[in-house]
Amino acid sequence: MSKRVTNAIALGLLWTAAVITVAVLGTVIGYVVINGIGELSPRFIFTWPEGVAAEGGVWPTIVSTLYVTALAMVIITPIAILAAVYLAEYAVQGRLVGIIRFAADSLASVPSIVMGLFGLALFVEAAGIGFSMLSAALALSFLMLPIVMRTTEEAIRAVPKYIRWGSYGLGATKWQTVSRIVLPAAMPRIITGIILSTGRAVGETAVVIYTMGQAINLPVSPLDSGRPMTVHLYLLAMEGINLPAAYGTALLLMILILAFNLGARFFLRRNRKV
Amino acid sequence: MAEAPGAQAGSGTLQLVSRRTHLKELALKNLFLLCAGVAVAGVVLIFAFVGVRGWPIFAEVGPWAFLAGREWNPTAGLYGILPLIYGSVVVMLGALVIGTPLAVGTAIFLSEIATPRVRSIVRPAVELLAGIPSVIYGFFGLIILRPIVADVTGGLGFGAVTAWLILAIMIVPTIAAISEDALRSIPPGIREASYAMGATQWQTIYKVLVPAAKIGIIDAIILGMGRAIGETMAVLMVVGNAPVFPESVSEPIATLTTQIVMDMPYAAGEHRTALFGMGIILFLVSMGLVALVRLMSRFQTAMESGR
Repeated sequence: MSKRVTNAIALGLLWTAAVITVAVLGTVIGYVVINGIGELSPRFIFTWPEGVAAEGGVWPTIVSTLYVTALAMVIITPIAILAAVYLAEYAVQGRLVGIIRFAADSLASVPSIVMGLFGLALFVEAAGIGFSMLSAALALSFLMLPIVMRTTEEAIRAVPKYIRWGSYGLGATKWQTVSRIVLPAAMPRIITGIILSTGRAVGETAVVIYTMGQAINLPVSPLDSGRPMTVHLYLLAMEGINLPAAYGTALLLMILILAFNLGARFFLRRNRKV
Repeated sequence: MAEAPGAQAGSGTLQLVSRRTHLKELALKNLFLLCAGVAVAGVVLIFAFVGVRGWPIFAEVGPWAFLAGREWNPTAGLYGILPLIYGSVVVMLGALVIGTPLAVGTAIFLSEIATPRVRSIVRPAVELLAGIPSVIYGFFGLIILRPIVADVTGGLGFGAVTAWLILAIMIVPTIAAISEDALRSIPPGIREASYAMGATQWQTIYKVLVPAAKIGIIDAIILGMGRAIGETMAVLMVVGNAPVFPESVSEPIATLTTQIVMDMPYAAGEHRTALFGMGIILFLVSMGLVALVRLMSRFQTAMESGR
């Protein structure tokens, strides 16, 4: 009997852990939505912040965030996919592959502020690019590299072996097989991985704060500086002068993140059935 | 789209494709290797550029005075980061104590208890928890948790306790995802054997499954540790940013990561060097944790093949 009581209590505790986890997510999202929803208006989204208290909108910060994210994605996606192709299709297990994997794991665990310092030292100062979209995007791309590499490698490995054999059997070379058979088959999952890593870049703060600059600016060229939404939210929250705008920014940021995450999920589900 | 049919027999060896195709394939392979090498280049570059900027602090102030110095006061030329290391460790340990049971519990729930329907709700929720930007966690902690903590512990609520709560939430997805993988990779036959012996579900979980997934769960906790030490913005917004040894957990502290962000805008000269020195320490710690996880998985493979 006591064994059953213990069982019931323990299972109850495990349920509690799961419920707390989901409830915390609900609370954080709910809190941002409830406080921010009143702030959202076309005026808030499409106008510039004005004055010391950042009255008005957040348009330049939205553009800066999307600009740097898109730039980082363009820079890193081809490299990350080809790197994953190497690991999944060409590499022979050995010392070299071990080093590459260790490096990728290390990159994935670098504290974001260290990546920010790195971007500042290399791109902003040593390379002389200055505080700019490009500097921030390059630093971000090192952050995204291991994520896209890992998801792409998993996607390639999930493609059944016999499809490759069919291709080789028809006389195709390795690259023909990879480029025309394997990659197209793995594409839905690869794209999902890219979307997820992009979502990560949108929410990143410490990497961009000392690589993009903090001045409010509408970036046009990659060499322009700007202030992303995350930094805007951080400054508003810490200065505490314009909380409504902070809530509005937080909600916009949350909407972007949710859109990326749910978009990736939806995309994968729709394409896997085909 | 066929290449020129092979069979231009090379110097005695069997060639199935033309020399041109062969060279193209070889060139592509090396291009891909180069791309994979970007990851290695990234690590080397981080070392080089953060390390070179940070090195003088070890050379001029000395590693001992830097690492074990009890006072961080750049205006007085004192660059002891012991209070910051202390802050990082205290914040990390507290977050682990609160977050680990929650995360491992959620992982066990997902892998052993949840029906597919419940799982399809909880699993995406855990993944989404990982996607929320740290600045939003920090904002939430600052506005919602801090006043609550202030009521309970006294003071303003800026300090370790608020950081523990926020970080505990933030490391849940990391620990839960890896622990769940470890649990799910246990063959179902082992569970069935346990039930056949008359064990309850809980007895199966804590006497059979958790021990079997032990290494995976420890890996998860180590990576959670790395996340907690490296987390910057969320901690920055709630710890109060005072680089001192606090007298209680409800007093403001600072960590390595938060001090870098706070000081960077105005730091110059030796002070700036010290911040880069802290960066390289953080990088070494995070790499060390990754290496530890790899060593453990190698150890586990060795154990399993020896069994």
